[in-house]
Amino acid sequence: MSSIPMEYYLILSAFMFSVGVAGVLIRRNAIVVFMCIELMLNSANLTLVTFSSYLGNSIGQVFVFFVMTVAAAEAAVGLAIIIAIFRNKKTVNIDEINIFKW
Amino acid sequence: MNIQIILFIVLASVAAVSSVVMITRKNAVISAVFLVLNFFALAGLYLLLNAQFIAVVQIIVYAGAIMVLFLFVLMLLNTETEHKLFVDKRAIKFFSILVSAFVFVQVAYLIFFGHPSRTLTPDEAASVKAGTIQAIGQQLYTNYIIPFEIAGFLLLAATIGALVLAKKKFE
Repeated sequence: MSSIPMEYYLILSAFMFSVGVAGVLIRRNAIVVFMCIELMLNSANLTLVTFSSYLGNSIGQVFVFFVMTVAAAEAAVGLAIIIAIFRNKKTVNIDEINIFKW
Repeated sequence: MNIQIILFIVLASVAAVSSVVMITRKNAVISAVFLVLNFFALAGLYLLLNAQFIAVVQIIVYAGAIMVLFLFVLMLLNTETEHKLFVDKRAIKFFSILVSAFVFVQVAYLIFFGHPSRTLTPDEAASVKAGTIQAIGQQLYTNYIIPFEIAGFLLLAATIGALVLAKKKFE
């Protein structure tokens, strides 16, 4: 660990976050958009673990634990919403799911 | 060259490449499989960072539970019109990549020029101690007991909410 500069981990995390952003903007499948959000959460987790490890402080990892809890809850509720929308509209294309637009 | 650096290069390139492949595949199931690969590479990186508990939880919760849920929903829903869902508009693609590149450049600038994090001297022994399940559990059950209980309640609420949402047809 000590031989690897911290910036490498942070850059990897920034890169994964940007890929997640690009995925959310490019993809039109609601489930894949959801997976891109998971990717962004994971890149944030990597940053937290990196700082926690380099500072020798376990609180960052406690926070990662909570992020994982929220991600699990979010995935369960979000996928349930997608299933409900699919039952109603027979599609998961987010361009066609625009009932909140006026 | 040190074994840690070799491991880091391999795991980081697997994570980076699998994330790019994940957003460029037209088939959503293949995207999900590459996301699982990305999660495994991240678990390896956590081990390299001496975060053993988080690495194990990453594999059990993310690669095990959450991605199985995603794959389950993907298989459940009709994905034969998948090719139409992949956006063909070049302008949207171009601007999306522009926006994400902008985000990346901003963060990279902050990492390299924002704060002198280079001066942080890692302490191997403290880092190993911080990553053990004992240290994390001690924090969770003393200083963070209320957030921990709230997290449990949140999971209960999410379970009930998912059940209610997926069960009935809403008008």
